[in-house]
Amino acid sequence: MANEFMEHALNQNRRRFLSKLSLGLGSVALGSLLVPDLLKGIGGDDDFGFTPGIPHFAPKAQRVIYLFQNGAPSQLESFDYKPKLREMWGQELPASVRMGQRLTGMTSGQASFPLVGSFVDFKQYGQSGAWVSDLFPYTSKIVDDLCIVKSMYTEAINHDPALTFFQTGAQQGNRPSMGAWLSYGLGSENKNLPAFTVLLSRGKGVGQGVYSKLWTNGFLDSIHQGVQFSKGEEPVLYLNDQDGLSKAERRKMLDNLAEVNQLSYQEMGDPEINAKIQQYEMAYRMQTAIPEVTDISKESDDIIKMYGPDCLVPGTYAANCLLARKLSENGVRFVQLYHQGWDQHGNLPGDMRKQALDVDQASAALITDLKQRGLLDETLVIWGGEFGRTNYSQGALTKDNYGRDHHPRCFSIWMAGGGIKPGIVYGESDDFGYNIVKNPVHVHDFQATVLNQLGLDHEKLIYKHLGRRYRLTDVSGKVVKDILA
Amino acid sequence: MRRIVFLVVSFCCIVSTWYACTSGSQAGGALGNMPDTISYNFDIRPIFSDKCFACHGPDAAKREAGLRLDVAEDAYKALKENPGAHAIVPGKPELSEAFARMTTKDSSQLMPPPNSNLKLLPYEIALIEKWIKQGAKYEKHWSFVAVKSPGIPEVKNKKWPRNQIDYFILQKQEEKGLEPNEEADKERLLKRVSLDLTGLPPSAKMMENFLADNSPKAYDKVVDQLLNDPAYGEKMAVHWLDVARYADSHGYQDDNYRSQWPWRDWVIHAFNKNLPYDKFITWQIAGDLLPNATKEQLLATGFNRNHKITEEGGVIDEEYRVEYVSDRTNTFGKALLGVTLECAHCHDHKYDPFSQKEYYQLYSFFNNVKEYGFESIVGGPETWAKKPKMQITDEDVKSVLKFVNKPDTSNLIVSVMGDNTDSVRKTYILNRGVYDSHGEQVQPGVPVAIMPFSNKLPKNRLGLAQWATDKRNPLTSRVFVNQVWQEFFGKGIVKTSGDFGMQGELPSHPALLDWLCADFMSHGWDIKRLVRQIVTSATYRQSAVVSKAKMEVDPDNIFLARSPRYRIKAEFIKDLVLSSSGLLNKTIGGPSVKPYQPAGLWEAAASTGGSLGMLGTYKQDHGAQLYRRGMYTFIKRTVPPPAMGIFDASNRDQCEVKRQSTNTPLQALAMMNDPTVLEAARVLAGKLQQEKSAEQDKINKAFRLIVCRKPGDKESALLADLYKWRLETLTQQKASKLLAVGEYPLPKNADKIKLAALMQVIVNMYNLEETITKS
Repeated sequence: MANEFMEHALNQNRRRFLSKLSLGLGSVALGSLLVPDLLKGIGGDDDFGFTPGIPHFAPKAQRVIYLFQNGAPSQLESFDYKPKLREMWGQELPASVRMGQRLTGMTSGQASFPLVGSFVDFKQYGQSGAWVSDLFPYTSKIVDDLCIVKSMYTEAINHDPALTFFQTGAQQGNRPSMGAWLSYGLGSENKNLPAFTVLLSRGKGVGQGVYSKLWTNGFLDSIHQGVQFSKGEEPVLYLNDQDGLSKAERRKMLDNLAEVNQLSYQEMGDPEINAKIQQYEMAYRMQTAIPEVTDISKESDDIIKMYGPDCLVPGTYAANCLLARKLSENGVRFVQLYHQGWDQHGNLPGDMRKQALDVDQASAALITDLKQRGLLDETLVIWGGEFGRTNYSQGALTKDNYGRDHHPRCFSIWMAGGGIKPGIVYGESDDFGYNIVKNPVHVHDFQATVLNQLGLDHEKLIYKHLGRRYRLTDVSGKVVKDILA
Repeated sequence: MRRIVFLVVSFCCIVSTWYACTSGSQAGGALGNMPDTISYNFDIRPIFSDKCFACHGPDAAKREAGLRLDVAEDAYKALKENPGAHAIVPGKPELSEAFARMTTKDSSQLMPPPNSNLKLLPYEIALIEKWIKQGAKYEKHWSFVAVKSPGIPEVKNKKWPRNQIDYFILQKQEEKGLEPNEEADKERLLKRVSLDLTGLPPSAKMMENFLADNSPKAYDKVVDQLLNDPAYGEKMAVHWLDVARYADSHGYQDDNYRSQWPWRDWVIHAFNKNLPYDKFITWQIAGDLLPNATKEQLLATGFNRNHKITEEGGVIDEEYRVEYVSDRTNTFGKALLGVTLECAHCHDHKYDPFSQKEYYQLYSFFNNVKEYGFESIVGGPETWAKKPKMQITDEDVKSVLKFVNKPDTSNLIVSVMGDNTDSVRKTYILNRGVYDSHGEQVQPGVPVAIMPFSNKLPKNRLGLAQWATDKRNPLTSRVFVNQVWQEFFGKGIVKTSGDFGMQGELPSHPALLDWLCADFMSHGWDIKRLVRQIVTSATYRQSAVVSKAKMEVDPDNIFLARSPRYRIKAEFIKDLVLSSSGLLNKTIGGPSVKPYQPAGLWEAAASTGGSLGMLGTYKQDHGAQLYRRGMYTFIKRTVPPPAMGIFDASNRDQCEVKRQSTNTPLQALAMMNDPTVLEAARVLAGKLQQEKSAEQDKINKAFRLIVCRKPGDKESALLADLYKWRLETLTQQKASKLLAVGEYPLPKNADKIKLAALMQVIVNMYNLEETITKS
C-alpha cells in the first residue's frame, strides 16, 4: 500500500521527487495521493506561501454542495417579498429607481417598463419570520436552517459571463472553477472518487445551456477538473468495461498490462511508467467505488419519500440531490449541481411554478437529510442562480402573464450548514426589489466567504500562472462576517 | 478519516520543511553558491519583478511612494518622500534605502510588506546586496533586445555534435559534468521522428526500409520523406489551431455551428507548401490589406475571426464587439509576441513596460473591422459565419483555393477580416477595461519597449504585420522558434512559451535560442528548414533512457542529456490507434467530423426552448468519417470532445500556446473503454486473423504496428500468456459481446473466440504506456 502511494507521489512530481529520495522523503509520501499538488511546485511557480492541502485556519466546513439554479430564478417570486410591486402593478418603473442602469438588449428597446408584482403569495415562516413564496412549500419549512441573502449582486448581465463569473471569479477567460480551486487547495478526502463532481439536470422551463468551462481546472492541473456524473448506465465517461469482461478478468488484464509496462520501466528507467501503472490502478478502483456511490437501491423508503418520487428517476434534480448527499458523505469535496430552466423572460407564472416544483422538495430534503446524519455542520449547501430578474415585465404585461428580464443589481440566494448562521435573513433591497439598500454582497464576497468556511483565506489561495498570481476572487472580495455562526 | 487527515498534516509539515530548505537551491543555490558577477537580467530582475514591481514598477496608477525600481535612473534618484535618501546607491548597499527596507527587523517598515503575502528569501537578499555592491547595473530585459547571432561555442567532445544546435547543448552539459546519451535505437528513433513530423506512427513498410537501410544517410532520407508527407502539414497545424483558438462552434450561450474549417484547411496547406513564417503571419494578420489580395490571403485572415462570438439574445452589442477586439489584441500578444498584453487591458502592466495606453494603441489596429457584437441568429449557412465574411465558390476550389476540401455544392461562407474603408472607428482607452467607459482617444501604436513603430509603416494591420516581421523585432522569431522547439522537446528553451516578459522564465539556452532565430530569419523564415535542423541534431537523436545519475543531476532534463519522454497529444493518440489498425482515413481537410462519443453530452448541456440549434443533439457520423484524424473531430466549444479533453486538448476558448501534459485515471479509463480503441483492436485482430501466420507472429506483428518496434522475448511471452488465457476462458457468448463494438463490419466466418482473444491482447497493447509515448 505504501508503495502504491509512493508511486502516485512520483506521478505528481516524478523527476524532482526522485532526485530527492535520498533525503528520506519516500517513506512519508502518503498524503500526496489525496493532495496532488503537494509535491508540485507549490502555488504554481511559487516557492513559498500557500501549501496545498493545509487550510489556513480551522475550517468550519469540509465540503460544499452547490445547488446552482441555472438561468437565474426570480427573487421576486421566491424570497424577496415586495408588496409594493403589486400595489403599483402596471405602473412605470420610476426613473429614480432605475437610475439609468443598463438593461439587456432584450428590453432596452421596450417603450415602457411596467412594474409587476408576484403572481404568487408570500408568507412568513419559522423563528426567523423569513418570507417565502407559496412556490416553495418545502423550503418554507426549513427556513430556520437557512441563511437567506437578499442582497447579492453581480457585474454581468448575460448568462454566459454571469455563470462564468460566479464559478471562476472572472467573466472571461479560462480560469479555474470554484470546485477546482478547492480540489487544489484542500485535496480529496476519498482516494477513489474525484474531489470535484458535477451533476446536470433540466427543468421544464425555458433554460439556458451549461458549459464545461464552468467546471474547468483552468491553469490548474487537470486532476482538479470537475468530473461530470451522468445519468444512466455509465455515470462517468468510459467507466464501464465492455459487456463480456468481468471484474476478475479486468483485474487479470491489468496485471498483465502492468507486467509488460514494468519491462519497459526496466529498460527506460522513467518513473512516468510507474505513474501510469498507478493511474490504471486508480481507474480500476473507481470502477468499483463509483457504482457503489451512485447506487441508491439501499436508501430507505423514508429517504426516498423525503426527496420525492423523482429521486428514483436518474438525471432529475431530485435524483441529483440524493446523489449529491451520497458523494459528499463519501468525501467528495465539491459537488456542483446545475438545474437548468430558470430563464423566465416570458410565461413566468407558469414556468416558474414548474421549476419550483422540480427543486423545492429535494433541496429541502437534502438539508434535512444532512442534518439528521450530523453532516450539515460540516457541509456548506448553497442554493441560487447567476443573477436576479427585473421588477418590470419583459414583453406585454397581461392580467395573468408576464416575464422578467435579467437583473444583476440585486437578487437572493440561500446558504445552509458549514458554519453559516442558520435562521437569518441578510441584506435588504428597496421596496421595488431593484436596488440594494442594506448589506450588499458581491459575488467575490460570496466566494471569499465560501473559501473562508473551508478554512481558506481567499487572498492566500493563489496560483501563479504566466507571471501573475491568480485568485478565485481576482483582486477584490471580503468575507461576509455577519453571516458566520 | 481522522487518521488520513493526521497523515496528511504530518506529511505536509515535513514537505514544507523540505521546501523551505530547498527552495533556495531552486532559486540558485545555497549562499556560498553565488555567481561571481551578478546579472541584472538573470539574477535580479526575476526577484524584483516577482516581489517588488507590483507596487514599484511600470503601473503608474499603483506605484507606491513614487518609487520605481524597474528603471535605473528612478531607482538611483533621491526619494520623493525622503529626498536625503536614495532607493539604490550603486556600490553601497548600506546606503541604499531599498535594501535597508528589505532587511529591516521592523515589520512596519519591511518590504515587501507582510500583508502582500510576499517575502524575500535570504538567498535573494544576498544576491541583491552583491548586485548593489557591484554597481547595481541595470540591463534591458533580455527578450526586448534584438536578436544577435552568437558564435558557436567550443566543446570538448568534438565527435558528438551533428549540427550547430549540438554545440550549444553540449557546452552546457559539459559545464554541468553531464554527457549526452547514446543515439536512440533505430526503431524508437523512427517512431519518434514519425510522430513528431506527421503525428502518425511509421508504417510497417517504413519500418522495414529504415531498418534495412544501413547507409549513413538513412535517417536523413526518412526525415525528407516525412517532411514531404502531407501529414506533416496536419501535424504542424494542430499546434497552430490551439494558438488560433480554432473551433467549429461560436462559443458562448447557444454555441451554434460555424463554418470556419476552410481556414483550418489553409493552415495545413500553408505548412505543407512551407510558406515562410513572415508571410504566414502577415497573411493571417493583414491578408485582406495586401495589394491585390488573393482569395487565399483573404481566407488566411480568418485567424483573427476564430474568437468566440456571442449569439445570446439581449447582449449589448458594443460590449461584445469590444470583447472581440480585445481577444484579437490579446492573441496577437500571446501568440506572436509571447507577452501577457491582456494585463494592460484595465491598467498599466504591473511587471512589463506596457502602458494601458499602448494596449489600446495596439487594440486600435484591430478595432476597425466591419463587424457586430451580435448579429441576428435566424439560422442557415449565413449565420455560420459572421460579418465580414467571404464566400468560397465551387469555382474557387477548382482554381485558387484547391486545398479547401469542399465536399458538396452548398453555400460555404467563412468569417474573415475586412476594415471600414469610408471611416475609421475611433479608439479610446477604456477605463478599467469597461467597454463604454471612454478615456483618452489614441492612435495606432505598439509597446515601444519592444520596438518602436516606424513612421514609414502604414498605420493599419499591414503595417503592424511589417512591424512584427521586421528582423529587428526582438520577439517574433524568438517566440515562434521557441514554440517549434517545444513541439519537439516537450518544453521550450523558454519554458513559459506564453510569457517572455519579466515574469516569464529565463531561457535555459539563451545563446542557442538567439542563434536559431538569427539563422531562421537569415534563411527566409523557412519553417521546414528549422524543423529539419532540430530533428537531425544529435540532441534530438539521443535515446530517452533515464539513468539514476542523470535524474539526480538534472531531474527536469533542462540540459537535454537525454531525449525527453512524454505522452503524445490527444489528436495523435487517436491517429496512432486508427493508423496502426489500418482504419485511418487519410482525407485531408473538409468539415469537421463527429466520431463516437458517449451519449447525451451535448443534449445535457444544450439550451432548451427555441434555441436548441443544430448542435443541440450529437448526430454521430458513420462509415469512413469515423476514421478521420483526431484533428478533424468537431469541436463544440461548450462541450468539447471528451476523449480529447481528457488528454489535455485545448477547449479553444482562447489562444493557447502550450498544453498541459497530465496523467490521470480518466485517461486510463478512456484507453480501456473508448469504442474507438476497442474497435481498432477488433479490426486489427480481424485482419491478422485472416493472414496465414502462426498466432505468436500475429501477436508480434500487432505489437510492431502499435508500439513500433519488435517485442522483446519477455514481452512476447507475456502477451502470449494473455492470449492463451483468453482462449481458455472466453465463451462464444462472451466473445460475441466483446466483438460487438464499433460499426466496422466483422470479418465473415471468423472464429469468434480466437478473434476476441487476439482483440483483447491488442487492447492491452494500446494501453501500454510506451504506445502513446514519444520515447
